[in-house]
Amino acid sequence: MSRIMNKSLLTRVAALAAVGGLLFACTSNESGDDGGADEQSAVSDNDDPGKTVTIGFSGPEADHGWLAAINDSAEAEAAEYDDIELRVAEGTNDPNQQISQIETFINGGVDAIVLLPTDGDALTEVATQAMEAGIIVVNVDREFSSPFAARTTILGDNYGMGVSAGTYACGIIEEEGISDPVIAEIQGIASLPLTQDRSQGFADALESCGESVDNQVSAEFTVESGEEVASNLLQAAPEIDVIWNHDDDQGVGVKQAFDNAGRDEFAFIGGAGSCQAMDLIESGEMEATVLYPPTQAADGIKLARLLAQDKGLSDLVQVEVPTRIVLNAPVVTADNVEEYRSLCFES
Amino acid sequence: MSEKTSPATAAAPPPDEHQRMEVGAEAVPRSRFARIMASSAGRNLGLVVALAVVCVIGVITAGDLFADVDNVITILRLAVVVGIVSIGMTFVIIGGGIDLLVGAIVALASVWATTVATQQLAADFHWIIIVFTAMAVGAGCGLVNGVLVAYGRIAPFIATLAMFAAARGLAEIISDKRNQLVDDPGYVDFFARELFGVPVLVYVFALVAAIGWVLLNRTTFGRRTIAVGGNEEAARLAGIKVQRHTVYLYVLLGVACGIAAAMLLARTGTGTAQHGVLLELDAIAAVVIGGTLLTGGRGTIVGTVLGVLIFQTLSNIFTLNNLDTSDQAVAKGVIIVAAVLLQQFVAKRAGST
Repeated sequence: MSRIMNKSLLTRVAALAAVGGLLFACTSNESGDDGGADEQSAVSDNDDPGKTVTIGFSGPEADHGWLAAINDSAEAEAAEYDDIELRVAEGTNDPNQQISQIETFINGGVDAIVLLPTDGDALTEVATQAMEAGIIVVNVDREFSSPFAARTTILGDNYGMGVSAGTYACGIIEEEGISDPVIAEIQGIASLPLTQDRSQGFADALESCGESVDNQVSAEFTVESGEEVASNLLQAAPEIDVIWNHDDDQGVGVKQAFDNAGRDEFAFIGGAGSCQAMDLIESGEMEATVLYPPTQAADGIKLARLLAQDKGLSDLVQVEVPTRIVLNAPVVTADNVEEYRSLCFES
Repeated sequence: MSEKTSPATAAAPPPDEHQRMEVGAEAVPRSRFARIMASSAGRNLGLVVALAVVCVIGVITAGDLFADVDNVITILRLAVVVGIVSIGMTFVIIGGGIDLLVGAIVALASVWATTVATQQLAADFHWIIIVFTAMAVGAGCGLVNGVLVAYGRIAPFIATLAMFAAARGLAEIISDKRNQLVDDPGYVDFFARELFGVPVLVYVFALVAAIGWVLLNRTTFGRRTIAVGGNEEAARLAGIKVQRHTVYLYVLLGVACGIAAAMLLARTGTGTAQHGVLLELDAIAAVVIGGTLLTGGRGTIVGTVLGVLIFQTLSNIFTLNNLDTSDQAVAKGVIIVAAVLLQQFVAKRAGST
């Protein structure tokens, strides 16, 4: 039951976990079997056509699978609604260019802006300007440094990912009764706050069962770097019990390194939830992966529409859209992989 | 610094340009030739010492984990891609150029070689098609680069920088920013297969290095490369078709990138536009540590190979010791400087005795 609840948390804006203790999720009016991201109609009139809203969407350059899925799902979601006119800015990794895109949206008089910043701090100022100009700003994934820069923030839970992975690892260790297990961690780019959050969560969860990370290496979210650091890691630890790899994009290379070395004595846990990872979970070559939903921007579009049409989240008692929504980071295993299929992305 | 003074004296007041060219490229007087050989060997000796020091550190800190056949194989295997590119890069830099495009060429070649069309062709004939496609794409990129630099008279830095953006963008367009898996398992298996305990990948690297060495040291092509990089005007006056030779050098590097891309496909089983990020910097660093002058006119293949091995051994040791990434970066910087200083010191000793 909790799995089904988790799925619905992910697939439905109406049931997103809310922060602050003010809000709680409820799935009572959910249809039960949920096949795809497009059947999310809560029993409310929220999806009925309202006044047409113009939404500007700007995100980083989609240079890897997860970000490509972010953009694609956002555009697909907007296409579901006749009352959304979506303007998509060219993806960029240059904060300056993204700032000028937001300025263009402000001048163009859009109703709402859905913004996945290249850098949260760098885009805070221009987002604040947009808010002051009366435009609803929805902040996705990378947070602004000021609460005045966005009406609502929707983001994945990096710390929670680490906690989920660590808790799952603890479960394996206890279940199999491994004494003094060797636990390895393959990070993404080590200097990023999101990486540090993931590692902190992992370490905290492991601590709760009296374990700690024995070997930690950092890749760069690319297949090549994943293969390289994993090759060296396998050399550093001749016997490993659990490996958590932060990112399934780099995981393709990590898996290749395992195959090259002929090593599979460990439980291999991934992160993000790519379709390749889910394939491997199904075929038993991978233990699990921790989801980091690529549908955040799509949810951002839905939230922007609701806000612009003065609607609330239908499944909440509260009439307003919450100011901050943190998505759950569930663990996908062989038992529940089918439920999460619809959320996977091609890396 | 005798290795610096000897080319300098060689290039010092020549009777005429033509004569000077001959001194530089063809008819090197015996005594000078001997001295240059001595200093170049001296530089490589410095690198061998540096590599040995790194290895000793590895044995002391990581013990049996480091001094293990499998570990040596791991280091060699990881050195293959950057090593092959670095050998091509050595030629371009000796020839007075630079190429900031190599990472993007590798990415483009890896993507092009794993498109549905290419893989279909490979399935119909043989997976070797994938390798040839990668090499052809590399050669094509090199050709464009070379023509821009040689005939378009665009500074190599700018020409390759412009192409850099274009090539990676093209790779993203072709792959739609997705990973393209190599369908034929025979491909990955072939290069991962071990002959006498060493994967085929590593033999490819050794073969490329050997061809590079012969090309640079035993052929007219190699001597012309050194001449063009040492003094372009003199080389031209000596009758070398400098522009055409420059194009050849970039094509050579392009082919090397294509081979590297094919090896990367074998290592990762995947073609993606994200391959080879910052590969150009790793390659240039290895080439320069290997004793090749960034201004051109001097360099060795052996030095480049040693430079690549030093880098790979270092990151291997860091991982074996479970060091934090930030510590790794600092330590790597310190060690690079130390290696260059040590190399200069040894070269000086070798030159003065």
